[in-house]
Amino acid sequence: MKPATFEYCRPDTLEEALAALTEFSDDAVIMAGGLSLGALLNTRLARPDAVIDINRISGLDQIELRGGMLRTGPLVRQAEALNSTQISAALPLLAAALPNVGHYQTRDRGTLAGSVAHADPSAEIPLCLAMLGGEVELSSSRGRRLVGAGEFARGALETVREADEMLTGLLWPGVGGPAGVAFIEVSERQGDFAIAAAAAQVRRDGDTYHYTLGLGGIEDHARLDTGSASLSPSEFGEIAGQAADGLARQLEPMQDRRASAAYRRHLAAHLGAQALEQAFTQASMEDSS
Amino acid sequence: MVDRVENWLGRAVPRFEDEALMTGNARFIDDLSPVPGIRHVAILRSPHAHARIGKIDLEPARALTGVAGVLSGAELAAGLEPLASAVRAPMSYFPIATDKVRYVGEPVALVAAEDRYLAEDAIEAIEVDYEPLEAVVDPIAAQQAGAALLHEAVGRNLVHQRHFIYGEPDAAFEAAAHTVELNWRYPRQSSTPMETYGAIAHFEAAPERYTIWSNFQGPFILQPLMARALKIPGNHLRLISAPHSGGSFGIKQGLYPYLVLMAAASRYLGCPLKWVEDRLEHLSASSSAAARADGIEAAFDANGMLTALRFRNCVDVGAYVRAPEPASVYRMQAASNGCYQVRGIAIENRLVVTNKTPIGLNRGYGGPQFYFGLERAMEIAARKLKLDPAEIRRRNFLPASAFPYDAPGGAVYDAGDYGKGLDMALELAEYPELRARRDAAKAEGRLFGIGLAAGVEPSGSNMAYVTLALTPEERAKAGGRSGGLAAASVSIDPSGAVTVHTDSTPAGQGHATVAAQVAADRLGLEPKDIQVITAIDTQNTAWSLASGNYSNRFAAIEIGAIAESADRVANKLRRIAGEMLEVAAEDIELAGGWAHVTGAPEQGIALARVAAASHWHPAGLPDDVEPGLNDITMLSPAVLGAPDEADRVASAVTFGFLCDLAAVEIDQDTGRIRVDTYVSVHDVGRILNPIIVEGQIRGGFAHGFGAAMFEELIYDDSGNFLSGSFADYLCPTAPDLPEVKIGHYETPSPQNPLGSKGMGDGSSMLAPAAIANAVADALERDDIEVPLTLDRVWRMANQVGDRG
Repeated sequence: MKPATFEYCRPDTLEEALAALTEFSDDAVIMAGGLSLGALLNTRLARPDAVIDINRISGLDQIELRGGMLRTGPLVRQAEALNSTQISAALPLLAAALPNVGHYQTRDRGTLAGSVAHADPSAEIPLCLAMLGGEVELSSSRGRRLVGAGEFARGALETVREADEMLTGLLWPGVGGPAGVAFIEVSERQGDFAIAAAAAQVRRDGDTYHYTLGLGGIEDHARLDTGSASLSPSEFGEIAGQAADGLARQLEPMQDRRASAAYRRHLAAHLGAQALEQAFTQASMEDSS
Repeated sequence: MVDRVENWLGRAVPRFEDEALMTGNARFIDDLSPVPGIRHVAILRSPHAHARIGKIDLEPARALTGVAGVLSGAELAAGLEPLASAVRAPMSYFPIATDKVRYVGEPVALVAAEDRYLAEDAIEAIEVDYEPLEAVVDPIAAQQAGAALLHEAVGRNLVHQRHFIYGEPDAAFEAAAHTVELNWRYPRQSSTPMETYGAIAHFEAAPERYTIWSNFQGPFILQPLMARALKIPGNHLRLISAPHSGGSFGIKQGLYPYLVLMAAASRYLGCPLKWVEDRLEHLSASSSAAARADGIEAAFDANGMLTALRFRNCVDVGAYVRAPEPASVYRMQAASNGCYQVRGIAIENRLVVTNKTPIGLNRGYGGPQFYFGLERAMEIAARKLKLDPAEIRRRNFLPASAFPYDAPGGAVYDAGDYGKGLDMALELAEYPELRARRDAAKAEGRLFGIGLAAGVEPSGSNMAYVTLALTPEERAKAGGRSGGLAAASVSIDPSGAVTVHTDSTPAGQGHATVAAQVAADRLGLEPKDIQVITAIDTQNTAWSLASGNYSNRFAAIEIGAIAESADRVANKLRRIAGEMLEVAAEDIELAGGWAHVTGAPEQGIALARVAAASHWHPAGLPDDVEPGLNDITMLSPAVLGAPDEADRVASAVTFGFLCDLAAVEIDQDTGRIRVDTYVSVHDVGRILNPIIVEGQIRGGFAHGFGAAMFEELIYDDSGNFLSGSFADYLCPTAPDLPEVKIGHYETPSPQNPLGSKGMGDGSSMLAPAAIANAVADALERDDIEVPLTLDRVWRMANQVGDRG
């Protein structure tokens, strides 16, 4: 388990990193936390010509507010995000999801952007980004573009990123108003990738509840459902169940050694209903002023 | 005889080993570079479960820069004898494949290069033509007519079969008021130490000698086997263990074929070689616990007394019967009554070869598989007979008055009081309240269950038990086999400093600490004054066939050798001091670093001066005292005799007892098992160091819990291996482990002067059965298998079929 030979580049600036990507245009990988990439390199499942280590580039670890969106740089570690008051205030859903991501030790190294770039269908962070309608910022020597989180992943471990592009930021829309959130997942062990994960965010406008329900780990990409309804608290359970059931019925769950399609489908409906009901309840208690 | 002042034994002396481990100063095999010019080895391994090897082209690999040599299996095996095993069937087992590959990961060729990276590059350049053959994966299907054959010369995949009868089981079954029967599969598992296999092999031509540094853990009965494979006398093969081991739990026994491989390759290539196994190699191709396809029948009378047992053991051994297999299925045989009075026992043992990695030692070695059958059957019988599972066990336990107890299969149980252990477990679990909570939960429709398991813990093996694989006639022809030797040495150097050598090659168990405690008491010193060397060097330290770290051997046998050796040195010190102080040796007491006259502490002499006299002034010693202070003690417990003609054998020297209780609640929607209560009570005889005992109990539980919940080395129907990383082979981590309430009590063993029993396997043997019993109670069904994965439990809890 030693990697095949590769060029190791450790640029000091973003421009140098993008130039290196262009130079090795077809076959370079960006290393941030290296949690997934390290194993892929060591098992020679990934054999890039070059590894571009961005950890020395300053300024990539910023969390900043930009026009109602929170922008997280490509070196924002999961642990930093988990400890960030800005994130817990503006992105309570992400804050709820992060304790499920890996372990204390791995979160110290792993980045938000790396998880999105890797595009594992059962990863928590891409699910949150999709749920919130966030965007992925891609940069290359050619320029910069934004891709909607829903369009970024094309399938398991596949994205629309071009070979010379680097993921240079994630844009997270703030929740904008009183909201309830919930994130629930089932995994074999604490910190494992989810067999199924359900995320819910509910914004309340008087008696009207605007909800987004997201399911991860079921299909090869996150699945979402949104809706609005005027509700009284006694209806939360029923409506949550209907919404989750409806979404779960549309799914074609993956089947693997870990879990059958039937189990995943059941979890989708069960966890989805649980998450949405929790989020309704939390939203109902938020002060809507 | 002077009354011994024992200050240190039984105390919670912190482990001396930990400072080096915690400060990064421990030296493991990968840290060693004992000779210059070492080249690094990578092994080309089979991607096929079963295939004939055609042409191998090594030239592209040989041509690469930095490559010192490339060898095929055929080239290497040409200079070797096959590795021997106790099963007499025409299967040639070499450490590397020659004509056929029989499991994914089997070595096919070897590269030595300047570093491991280049060696792995070269591995990729080797071209091998394989002709794939049908893979044999299931041990039952493997026995059917028409199944593909792993070893054509054997003519079938069932390579060993023996039947045994102890007592009169058939009559008991005929007279039985109740019978229960259970058939199940037990999966392949591994104990996954943090450190993988590692070895440095150095061949010297003149005089011819192979020196191998490694983290091999014994049993050293495998040293003569290795020498035979290399076609050399034993004294040409020097094995040296690394100063520290990063864990073993038995699995580093399976390193020995690689030692032969590296030794042979070092000779061919003319340079010292280092190989450190990576995690993929370790999970796929090192060794594993046995997968089994077993059955059990149990007969009971109307009062719930167990009157007979029938075991149908079918062992999936993998591609070869690698020594000391078939020991895993024979280890529990002499104690197959468990902790019960039952006398009628029938056993059928079958060994089936399949296209998987050969099995070998893993924590509990044969115990988890054995107890899964027996303790599941007891639980099922309790339900059938409408008895409390605790009560049916209590009725059948050997009474405290029965010891020493001559078990049907020949084991001699040294000491015990099983009812006391059960009482303690029930008390810790608050059993009546727990049952009430279970009943209340069930009344609400919740899935809550309680499971028990109890068993004996055989420790300190009789090296002859594996010869049960031979018929009595074959054994008679092969010559006598018996015993479980232990070697220890205590010496005092000219400065008066004490060194103890043990032959127990520990892998983290803290043997050095306990050995120092034992010697300190006997020499009147403090443990910190004593240097303990636990690394074996077969050229320079005392060792035997039984040396090594397995079967809880340390506290069962080795401790007695340490005590004996220290006593001999202490007696000699008393003789010398007696002469110096002009009193009889019997009147000398060793305490506080002094030898003084008993009852007159002011009349004394420093121990270092007494010791120095034996080195510096031999002419001044008493006439009948030899110079020097360097004792080597070798002993074998008298109880460990040869197997008799009825296939009975005293298989182990001490039999601890443990009783585990699990209470679980299952979430019907997710299949998640929440452990409500877990209790584990142990009788390990006299506790030598409570810190170490507790650590062993918690570690044994972690292994047992992992086996119950998560762990399985998975092969698909074509023999492809699917568990090659820790993302696929799931071990419990700290947050996954429930709290364990531990209880202790002591029935001292008469088998060694300290009263201790071997321990360490512990709940690795019982947790799978206890948790399965609790799940069975919660779900009210008998067909429970491990690992109890979320999907599997969810299906059972919701009556969803396999294809749902």
